[in-house]
Amino acid sequence: MVKKTVAILTAGFIAASAANISGAGASFPAPVYFDWAYIYQKETGSQVNYQSIGSGGGIKQVSARTIDFGASDKPLKKRALDKKRLYQFPAVIGSIVAAYNIPGVKDGELKLENRDLADIFLGKIKYWDDERITEDNPNLKLPHEEIVVCHRADGSGTTFNFSYFLSHVSDEWADNVGIGKALDWPTGLGGKGNEGVSSLISQNPYSIGYVEYAYKLKNGFGAAVLQTKSGKWVEADEENFKAAAKYAKWTPKKHFYQILALQPGDNSYPIVAATFILLPRENAQMNKEVVKFFDFAFKNGDEDARKLGYIPLPEDTKEMIRGYWREHGLY
Amino acid sequence: MNRTLDILFHNTTRFFAISVLLVLAALFFVLFNEAKPAIDAFGLQFLVNEKWAPNMDIFGGYPAIFGSVVSTIIAMLIATPIAIGIAIFLSELAPPWLSAIVGMAIELLAAIPSIIYGMWGLFYLAPMLREIWGGNGLGLATAGIVLSIMILPFMAAITRDAMKTTPAILKESAYGMGATRWEVLKDVVIPYVKSGIIGSIILALGRAIGETMAVTFVMGNAHKIPQTIFKPATSIPVTLANEFTEADTDLYYSSLFYLALILLVISFTVIAIAKFWFLRNLQEQKV
Repeated sequence: MVKKTVAILTAGFIAASAANISGAGASFPAPVYFDWAYIYQKETGSQVNYQSIGSGGGIKQVSARTIDFGASDKPLKKRALDKKRLYQFPAVIGSIVAAYNIPGVKDGELKLENRDLADIFLGKIKYWDDERITEDNPNLKLPHEEIVVCHRADGSGTTFNFSYFLSHVSDEWADNVGIGKALDWPTGLGGKGNEGVSSLISQNPYSIGYVEYAYKLKNGFGAAVLQTKSGKWVEADEENFKAAAKYAKWTPKKHFYQILALQPGDNSYPIVAATFILLPRENAQMNKEVVKFFDFAFKNGDEDARKLGYIPLPEDTKEMIRGYWREHGLY
Repeated sequence: MNRTLDILFHNTTRFFAISVLLVLAALFFVLFNEAKPAIDAFGLQFLVNEKWAPNMDIFGGYPAIFGSVVSTIIAMLIATPIAIGIAIFLSELAPPWLSAIVGMAIELLAAIPSIIYGMWGLFYLAPMLREIWGGNGLGLATAGIVLSIMILPFMAAITRDAMKTTPAILKESAYGMGATRWEVLKDVVIPYVKSGIIGSIILALGRAIGETMAVTFVMGNAHKIPQTIFKPATSIPVTLANEFTEADTDLYYSSLFYLALILLVISFTVIAIAKFWFLRNLQEQKV
């Protein structure tokens, strides 16, 4: 106990002498940022404090220059970045799954057409034994129970990516609800954060919600088999997330602005999303420290990211990001 | 020397007293100022507009206002009679040893932080209610029940203390004239402590309507006017707690302040009405 306290205290002193980086934003990648910060501190003594306050909060705080870097699941367009004087690059890729809690139906057994998923969230498909669901699942005995829809109550980058996906598979969704971090939900229960939605799903039998894949793993939910862009069934697993991530076309000129939902390809899971880091442009000295941290994470953090359910960026993307850093004098 | 001290003391305390007013004014000013863009954009329509679509910059406060008011009414309907019953039992009927134990338990309950009621509501009460009335167990009714349990000990403790102030001589005279327990309660104790009871109701009301943590978990967080009280809804403090950190457009931010301003005005009005109207009536009766 005493030893541990001493160790913590010394670690604190070392950290105080080394760089001390503070960041805030998206909750979606928070588990992997915490992990990276931990191994980075062990390795270099530099401390990275990350507060998981949500993408909107991250953008707001980095624009107000109260933190060294912001994190957002919703990429900013070039014009917004120029206005707020920010740099932007992706850090890691995650995926969003339609997680369900139906007693008797195991993980990956339920197939949902993308359009049907939209209609569930629109409140148009109300029962699990609706014909549109049963016709895709002839082998499942789905109960005549009302579907409990769970969504986010707070604004969220996860919601942005999920609604982007729904808007592209359902015209009705696009017309009536649209894309955004916070929406006028037609139906369902709201929970705060990925944690809040997860707890709603585990508490309510016959529920469905959308969460980051890591939260599905942690809570042992079932994840629905969805469809690729061309309508082929695709399971929510790491292989298929990676297949989708491969198609990302990053352009450093646009500060990597790219939404990864509905990529082409036969095995591309339809809802993957990159999460982004934002840096204040004038902050040359500190930016170098932040970049050093992410460079370290790119080199040493892939295994941990994978374990937590994220997809590390492909090597050539990382090289492209390093080129972007060099171009702006951060590396 | 003494005189200087006296003046100093007088002025210091006066400053403290006035600072309360200043804080209140500053609070009101800030809320109004921040809410101004939303007030300009939506006007009083905000109070009746049902649609809350942050991604389209459309904001209506009706569901949140509705949820706040209705969940508070449900809570008061449940808590008031029970709290008065407890107070009567403890001060008039129970043997002293029992009264002491239960009284202590109630004071302890009143000190429980509200988030604990919220967690209890989510993990225990909601699943139980789901079994009883179906649906998902989250909504206005659940929030009302959690709120009522939260304010109950508080109301009961104040009411009991008020009842204890009834002079023994009054009660004894009534008993001496052959009044039954019920008659003593109805005609002596309750009229005597009426203002105490109403005071406790007002305080509890103030606590219930602004409560955040206990209800965020069980309200269901849906910006809709529920068809029944068993369906998910939202309230003003719940909306603020959920959405403030992520409010990234100016109008969104400002609309949340508008809601906060409305909550302040509602609480104010309730307390002002209660204070000036009920209590004055009471005083007139006494005179």
